[in-house]
Amino acid sequence: MRSGIGTRLLGTAAVASLALLAVMALVITPQDVNQLDAVRFLYIHVPLATLMYVAFGVTAVASVLYLWPRYRARKWDLLAGASAEIGVVVTGLVLVTGSIWGRTTWGVYWTWDARLTTTAVLFVLFLGYLALRRVGGDIDARAKRNAIAALAAAIDMPIVHKSVEWWRTLHQKSSILDEETFMHPHIHGSMYWTVLLGIGAFLLLFSWLLVNRYRLAKLEDRLEDEGLERAIAERRAEADALTGAP
Amino acid sequence: MLRDAVVMAGKDLRIELRSRVATNQVAPFAVLVLILFAFALDPDRGVLARAAAGLFWVAVLFCALLAIQRAFTVEASDGARDNLRLSGLDPAAIFLGKAGAIAAELALLEVILGTGVVLLYNRSLHGPVLLVVTCALATIGLSAAGTVYGALAAGLRVRETLLPLLLLPVVAPVLLAATRASEAALGGTTGDGWPWVRLLGVFAVIYMAFGVVAFGPLLEESS
Amino acid sequence: MDSVVVHLHGAVSLLGRFPALAGVDLDVAAGEVLLVQGPNGAGKTTLLRACAGLVPVVDGEATVLGHDLRKDRRSVRRHLALLGHATGLYDDLTVADNLHFVARSTRHAAAPPVDEVLARLGLAGRLASVQVSRLSAGQRRRVAVASLLLRPAQLWLLDEPHAGLDADGRERLDALIVEASRAGTSVVMASHELERARPLATRIVTMAGGQIHTGTRAEVVGVA
Repeated sequence: MRSGIGTRLLGTAAVASLALLAVMALVITPQDVNQLDAVRFLYIHVPLATLMYVAFGVTAVASVLYLWPRYRARKWDLLAGASAEIGVVVTGLVLVTGSIWGRTTWGVYWTWDARLTTTAVLFVLFLGYLALRRVGGDIDARAKRNAIAALAAAIDMPIVHKSVEWWRTLHQKSSILDEETFMHPHIHGSMYWTVLLGIGAFLLLFSWLLVNRYRLAKLEDRLEDEGLERAIAERRAEADALTGAP
Repeated sequence: MLRDAVVMAGKDLRIELRSRVATNQVAPFAVLVLILFAFALDPDRGVLARAAAGLFWVAVLFCALLAIQRAFTVEASDGARDNLRLSGLDPAAIFLGKAGAIAAELALLEVILGTGVVLLYNRSLHGPVLLVVTCALATIGLSAAGTVYGALAAGLRVRETLLPLLLLPVVAPVLLAATRASEAALGGTTGDGWPWVRLLGVFAVIYMAFGVVAFGPLLEESS
Repeated sequence: MDSVVVHLHGAVSLLGRFPALAGVDLDVAAGEVLLVQGPNGAGKTTLLRACAGLVPVVDGEATVLGHDLRKDRRSVRRHLALLGHATGLYDDLTVADNLHFVARSTRHAAAPPVDEVLARLGLAGRLASVQVSRLSAGQRRRVAVASLLLRPAQLWLLDEPHAGLDADGRERLDALIVEASRAGTSVVMASHELERARPLATRIVTMAGGQIHTGTRAEVVGVA
């Protein structure tokens, strides 16, 4: 199963749009009034955060499809896993870029901001999910377990989000910098388009990674399946050796 | 189904009654945690008293982990799992029974921990209604989510290390909400507590429903 | 249809990736006592567990007590009893507690009372209130055998039923098997203790390499 023309086009498009994004983000767009050059983090941070939700959304939907008897197929489990793996890396990057950004604008790496906290919980939830995926067992049993775990984590997200949001609003606001200015810098013109371009470029990158990771998982799966037919033949041969049949 | 759940919960509680693991090991552990917190946080400067609600719920969370591990260790042997599947008990009833037994144990531990907090941390109790409702809903939520994840990790070799990693982030909102509500109750501003109680209620209902639906496939999953 | 209790045709079951059953053909009639013999690793245990609906059958035909196991392997379970290698008793509970739990969870109206079952296996009296963790392996085995009687079983699946039992326990077990088959219960039993199991059996098959062999050579190997 070599990568097809579509995948290669997808990869090329991803690289090209990322290059364009780099030029737009670093050269063409102006500084922000408040954040100066730190605003340029937005061009990767916002797309990464979007990607994070897309990745876990794909995992959740694929898990539902796996558990739905009508659509049950192993490919949904593989897709859910591939997407979650990329999602965890992306979430890690969201936290890292967010921290660096926070350091340059707020002066601290971490603040118990509602979004940051929710993202951190999401990160740990899906690290757990990936840890569970690595545990062995019967393939179908494993897939079902994975899907249930993904959903159990997914239904928690709105509750986590709500509770963290209340927690932060009932307490003091971040005193270091006015939250409004930080969260919503004046985005206009080329900056606006660059953020959109960033989202597009990272979505292309995500799709390309997902296609390839999924294809790899599929190949691994097929390898195991081909082993199965041989295993049945070998198992039958065991009997012939014992009973002396030809 | 309710009858089956009672049979299951009765069996689990009888195991605890006969083995006394909850009373002889988990309860002393809970008290120990309270004492350790006092070592870590200076009791003279009032930090301990101010953090009492949070410490209480962290201690409950640790005890819940132990209780859940224990509840699934007794079913861990191959034969016990087979027997349960052959028994004809409705999986939803098995879930409700196990969660009910865990909730009962947790409630007992909360009484012990609560007494400990009052005595050791020198906090007086206000807003008893809010406090009791908070404890009840948080306990149901913890046991429901805990039973789901306990079953999820039950058949696995690495269950002791995997369960905390899976369960603790999921119950993070329970810790948050229960702590805020208890703080409101202790501080006498009960009005601030009720929104959190609603959140606890939503959590409990969601994971109860999830467990009832998901327990069949979970029980089947390892063959 | 009713007279065939177990019908397997080309049944394949996997343990992980290993085809423990590699195409089993087997029919068991009502009231039959079938002895399955064969070397270690032949697939006998998996055969019993597959019939019990515990291990999925992934290929071929599999019908037990009229339930198609390929479609639904849950509903057949309450109509049969399995005596496995592992007794699956709760160590912290007493003998009587364990049996009461089985009785309550199976809800078998016609089941004999627990006391009677205890007496039949020689477990009445002091032993009944002893925690299972204090019992010897043979005594645990007796408790597991006792729990068979509490289930509304049309089919008994016995995996090495004699293992670990003393002479008295074996006598009691044999009597139960004979009695059950007279009452119309079908019994499938996997055993290595052929001199013990053979007199009970109405039919003997040999298993090897995840298949059942009915060829002449197999019979010679098994029976001679």
